Amino acid sequence: MAFALVLLPFVLAALAATIPSNRGRPWLLPLAGTLHLVLTLRALLRPDRGGGHGWLALDPPGRIILLQVSVLYLLCALYAVGYLRHRQERSNRVFCVCLLSFLGTMSLVTWSHHLGLMWVGMEATTLVTAPLIYFNRTKQSIEATWKYLMVGSVGIALALVGTFFLAYAAMHAGVEPTLTSENLLLHALQLSKPWLHAAFVLLLVGYGTKMGLAPMHTWKPDAYGEAPGVVGAILAGGVTNCAALALLRIYHICGAAGETVYASRLLLALGLLSMAVAGIFMVGQRDFKRMLAYSSVEHMGILALGLGIGAPAMFGTLLHVITNGMTKGVLFLSAGNIHRAYASKRIDQVRGAIRRLPLSGWVFLAGFLAITGSPPFGPFISEFAILNGAFDAGRFVIAGFFLFLLLVVFIGMGATVLHVVQGRPPAEVRQSSYHDGWLTVAPVMIFMGLVLLLGLYIPKSLSILLKDAVHYLEVRP
Amino acid sequence: MTNQLNALLIMVLVINLFSLGTSRILAVIRIVALQGALLGLLPFLVHAHVSVPAILIAFAAIALKSFAIPAIMTRALRDAQIKREVEPLIGFLPSILLGAAATAFALIFTSQLPLLDQHAGSLLVPASMATILTGFILLTTRFKALTQVVGYLVLENGIFIFGMLLIEAMPLVVEAGVLLDLFVGIFVICIITNHINSAFSSMDTRRLVTLKE
Repeated sequence: MAFALVLLPFVLAALAATIPSNRGRPWLLPLAGTLHLVLTLRALLRPDRGGGHGWLALDPPGRIILLQVSVLYLLCALYAVGYLRHRQERSNRVFCVCLLSFLGTMSLVTWSHHLGLMWVGMEATTLVTAPLIYFNRTKQSIEATWKYLMVGSVGIALALVGTFFLAYAAMHAGVEPTLTSENLLLHALQLSKPWLHAAFVLLLVGYGTKMGLAPMHTWKPDAYGEAPGVVGAILAGGVTNCAALALLRIYHICGAAGETVYASRLLLALGLLSMAVAGIFMVGQRDFKRMLAYSSVEHMGILALGLGIGAPAMFGTLLHVITNGMTKGVLFLSAGNIHRAYASKRIDQVRGAIRRLPLSGWVFLAGFLAITGSPPFGPFISEFAILNGAFDAGRFVIAGFFLFLLLVVFIGMGATVLHVVQGRPPAEVRQSSYHDGWLTVAPVMIFMGLVLLLGLYIPKSLSILLKDAVHYLEVRP
Repeated sequence: MTNQLNALLIMVLVINLFSLGTSRILAVIRIVALQGALLGLLPFLVHAHVSVPAILIAFAAIALKSFAIPAIMTRALRDAQIKREVEPLIGFLPSILLGAAATAFALIFTSQLPLLDQHAGSLLVPASMATILTGFILLTTRFKALTQVVGYLVLENGIFIFGMLLIEAMPLVVEAGVLLDLFVGIFVICIITNHINSAFSSMDTRRLVTLKE
């Protein structure tokens, strides 16, 4: 199963490279997405048959991310077919090959039980997503790709140093340093403390760069701003969540080694800083795609904060991974439609999106309400659970900051979003012939439906998955 | 064994300083290629009995670091028709001094970390740290896109040195994956540098400033 999930997308990517038709090729994306989702559901329903290989095993947090990204990918793939129809002037060969390969590398990250292998997968997600950012071939997109590659590569290189340090921590303790999560968890208490501390800092900075935690977030606004909307959704809902999973696994090992306090302090600091930076840059933001990037920085901050609070907030944090990922799908895809219709992403040129594109405009507004934690949407439930966890853990100051920063973000983001959706479209701006089609709207609607569903009712099977993961992360060997 | 190893690592450290002190980009690429070749020899000095996988990794590392990647970069350099790194953020002499300070820092820092007895006498850990820091200095103080790529390569070389401590622990597939990722990464970055060159008619990353708040 594991091999199928990892290799199948690469096979389809190779196939995409050989298909000559620019119109037919994108259909491989939903095909890959569907097959991947079917295989994922099978793997989740029969965990015992998931895969006996030592390095490829699905731990409970991995299951959640695998499911979330698989659903996200399928919907984004459908949207991509519609999007690429509007971009027939340009070959989408590289785009399709990279987008398909991404699915394989993402599966590798979720399935990796070996920290070295997980690193390889994480670095590979950086490499296959870089050409996606460059799809528009403008000067700005080159600049964004360059920053993404350099900052991402350096960050991920630090994560490799951290991984090596972790191996040395095991070696120093006389444990065979196999770097499998199982082995490290089992011998966590023996790990050499100085090496473990250094490893955690490096891994936090490394995977934190991929997540886009402040102050390592500098690539994010540029990359999300210049990439096509669908790529933004994949990056904000997929790549960052994979990096968060990597960090979660490291945090788990630190916790098992009895270093929760050390890890928590750093995570809380970075989490609050990310939320604060996002809030500051969102107020008065003139570019609505960059605004979404800062929203992603904010929500990665919330995840770090949730991890930092620890066990009481774990359920909310894991749920937030899902709700944030899905809402990012809504926002980036609808923002992509609006961008396409106005041929601009500056709010001085984009006004009256609800009149110009009724469906995309309304759903963009609803997505904004959802992501800022308004009921009855999913992120409200998960953010509320994190807040509750903070109170349970007795972290009242942290909870206060959390609430305050959520308010700042709501106000900052609200001003920009309302500016985009309200009013009349300016007459003087040259507008493209784009109108909402079912392929570019239906996936957004389904995302919105899922976000609403998660806010009203969490399916039993999903809540079991979440509770399993919380339980798994709590166990101290 | 340890003496030869340390001699090799000192050469690596000298190369670090040289790469910081020269303005000719071609010379930097070549000297870093030499550093890659020296690193390829490390596995034979670190362990008395080298396993077949270790030999494979060593050869792959030499092939990539001292032939394939420098060849790609030399080509990119020729296409871009530039020769020198002009006006770095910090001058070349101060860069060397900074590199020397980084090396000293690496030696002091690693003396604080607990090492296994068999690694206590070798320079592997400090050399690795110093090389990583050198990579950082190159990355942050140089403005030509290609020199920054060289900086990234030096950074990766530093990580490779640390990997020598774990050569028995890391499975072959992971080592191979790390090398492959490095190669593809440099390859993709070189393609982007070519695009930067054709779009901006320059390899100067100071021109990449249109995206900001």
